[in-house]
Amino acid sequence: MTDMSNSTTPQNSLLRQDARTIRRNRAETRFKAYGVAAISVGLLMLVILLVTIIGRGAGAFQQTFLTLDVQLLEAKLDKKGNRDLEDIKKVSTFGYAPLMAAALEKKVAQSDVESDLKPKEMAALLSKDAAAQLRDFVLANPDLIGTSVEFRFLTNSRVDGYMKGRVTRASIANDKSINAEQLDLVDALIKDGALEKRFNLAFITGADASDARPEAAGMGVSMIGSLFMMLVVLALALPIGVAASIYLEEFAPKNWITDIIEVNISNLAAVPSIVFGILGLAVFINYMHLPNSAPLVGGLVLTLMTLPTIIISTRASLKSVPPSIRDAALGVGASKMQSVFHHVLPLAAPGILTGTIIGLAQALGETAPLLLIGMVGFIASNAPDGIASGLMDPNSAMPAQIYEWAKRADPAFYERAWGGIIILLVFLITMNAIAVMLRRRFERRW
Amino acid sequence: MGVVKNSKLTGDIMSLVKITTSALAISAVCATAAVARDQVQVAGSSTVLPYASIVAEAFGENFDFPTPVVESGGSSAGLKRFCEGVGENTIDVANASRKIKEKEVKACAENGVTDIIEVRIGYDGIVFASDINGNSFEFTPEDWYKALSETIVVDGEIVANPNKNWNEVNASFPDQPIQAYIPGTKHGTREVFEEKVILAGCEATGDFEAFKAANGDDKKAAEKACIAIRTDGKSVDIDGDYTETLARIESNKDGIGVFGLAFYENNTDKLSVATMSGVVPSVESISTGEYPVSRPLFFYVKKAHIGVIPGLKEYAEFFVADEIAGPDGPLAEYGLVSDPELATVQSTVAEETVMGGGS
Repeated sequence: MTDMSNSTTPQNSLLRQDARTIRRNRAETRFKAYGVAAISVGLLMLVILLVTIIGRGAGAFQQTFLTLDVQLLEAKLDKKGNRDLEDIKKVSTFGYAPLMAAALEKKVAQSDVESDLKPKEMAALLSKDAAAQLRDFVLANPDLIGTSVEFRFLTNSRVDGYMKGRVTRASIANDKSINAEQLDLVDALIKDGALEKRFNLAFITGADASDARPEAAGMGVSMIGSLFMMLVVLALALPIGVAASIYLEEFAPKNWITDIIEVNISNLAAVPSIVFGILGLAVFINYMHLPNSAPLVGGLVLTLMTLPTIIISTRASLKSVPPSIRDAALGVGASKMQSVFHHVLPLAAPGILTGTIIGLAQALGETAPLLLIGMVGFIASNAPDGIASGLMDPNSAMPAQIYEWAKRADPAFYERAWGGIIILLVFLITMNAIAVMLRRRFERRW
Repeated sequence: MGVVKNSKLTGDIMSLVKITTSALAISAVCATAAVARDQVQVAGSSTVLPYASIVAEAFGENFDFPTPVVESGGSSAGLKRFCEGVGENTIDVANASRKIKEKEVKACAENGVTDIIEVRIGYDGIVFASDINGNSFEFTPEDWYKALSETIVVDGEIVANPNKNWNEVNASFPDQPIQAYIPGTKHGTREVFEEKVILAGCEATGDFEAFKAANGDDKKAAEKACIAIRTDGKSVDIDGDYTETLARIESNKDGIGVFGLAFYENNTDKLSVATMSGVVPSVESISTGEYPVSRPLFFYVKKAHIGVIPGLKEYAEFFVADEIAGPDGPLAEYGLVSDPELATVQSTVAEETVMGGGS
């Protein structure tokens, strides 16, 4: 205590800081300040990134719907009146459009909204997807023809943009897709309660949609595509990677051949992913004749990309197991293989799994190689109906779908691209969280 | 404690190994079986992609066939893949924003793709647009030629293009620096731009004759001199899509970009369109031929695949049906100028008439 009180009054202390020490101490303080500044800049960037992504993408999870009573006229849908499914199928989606126009006209008449619009112009407020929705319903329930059914239809992207503030009365001056009278009708329908914004599950589960109906597009099918690709990566990269690293680390003799292999594996990890894409195109599609745009090919390409990551992390975690454990096992009479599989591998497993998950997360977000094997375009339109079709039928992947949306003309797709990024980030954060959890729970330090 | 957990983990790993080996087996089986393809595969022009995707979607909805797959990548890339050969692992249809070239037909024939059905789906307008809050322009092809050509004729002499501002090109234009964003050379749009705007302007100003005289009466060389675009940064090639051009204009308000009509019509709140030779671009003015800058869009069908790939012929017929490609169909609504000779096109598809006027 007395020492401390002395140190506050250093007048008569023998300790004098010389100029050099003061300079050194100041340099240290300055360095700490730089560090704090660097971290703050990093955090600021992260916050800006997250705020931008969420701000722009959150809208995609909500969509504007219009609730209508539709009269399923027998004269239009089943002229013969015998409820034969083949005959009902002959009516294309174009045949359903007048039904919706009539339903909307009735709605307008009922809720005494003043509107000079023709029924066709009114129906333009609805999404092109609405007719398909109606047709699917009729084909599934042919016995309901002739009755009146309540539907919740998507509205078109302009109406949705108006609800979200993206489209304003000023901005539609030259827009031929919507006019001011139609917006008047929208306002009236909002007041009536028929038109409302609600959570849009189809964005998460649905298929991609064409340029004419951005409001109907969803990530679901491309998510399945990503899932199948990850299955292929896991099924190939994990066993190959772990076997390779166990052999290299525990069994292989240390000579110039293994040195060259080692250097090459490290170099492979740094090869740009587009190189693997062009390799995949040349080998898997052009030479082996695997189908274009198939998740199997995507998975194979991503396996090539992920292998070095898995091998490097597996070797690191095998190396971190102390030699005393191997020695003890060998000492009590275990064979080399027994010592590896019974003692070293279980202790290295958390590190291996962490490395694998990080590698998978990296592969999940990879776009460049997928561009070359035909996974960009209007691809993710059919949900696969089994494992074989999931692997072989054309599909897209989440990042490729986002890239595709960002390119399309309608601004509504741009919002969906941001929304897709949110979904992708949720997946990546989940995978990384699992990796961290595994490491926390099982990792041992020596 | 740790040991117990670890042995449990070993069990997990062993079961994981079992799962992975079985998954491996499944994928191997799939790869060797090479299941017969049941959906139509399309690739090619990114200009045709929106139309093809609209058709593919409606086709999947209305027929019992699965929705065709449409990849983008550009006309040349699509035709190259189209010409790779006949068989299930090649595409069935190539979209193109230009006619197939003689060279490509030859390449096709070498790989056994001999019977090609050419289908013209309609016309696409090319428009010039600038930022909505900027100056508006009334262009003629001469203006673009004078603004962007590498060399122009001033007072009878061929000189490097001296124009820096639009008012130097045409006194009626505002004093705004020239900054153009034009499609890169891999786009089919670039060829149309060069031919229908720059070359037309070159001929209209009379510079074409001067170039021809300077090149010893060589027409080809004169054309080349006309359409050489200046490389001093006043004109920037955009290799990406129209969204990239739009982003450039949003960051540089003086910029003027080249867009497809359909893209402009979806972004009228951000872009102001310029007239060309006094005509406002629209589906109507293009279909009557008043607006000069337009080009036909095509798709090419492999006849050998009809009957092998289910739904291929139905898809082609559905694409050009009146209810789709007609003036009131969804394609026209999106911005396609429908073909006045659609009936001829329909019979081409129905009768599977191949190119080359025979067989």
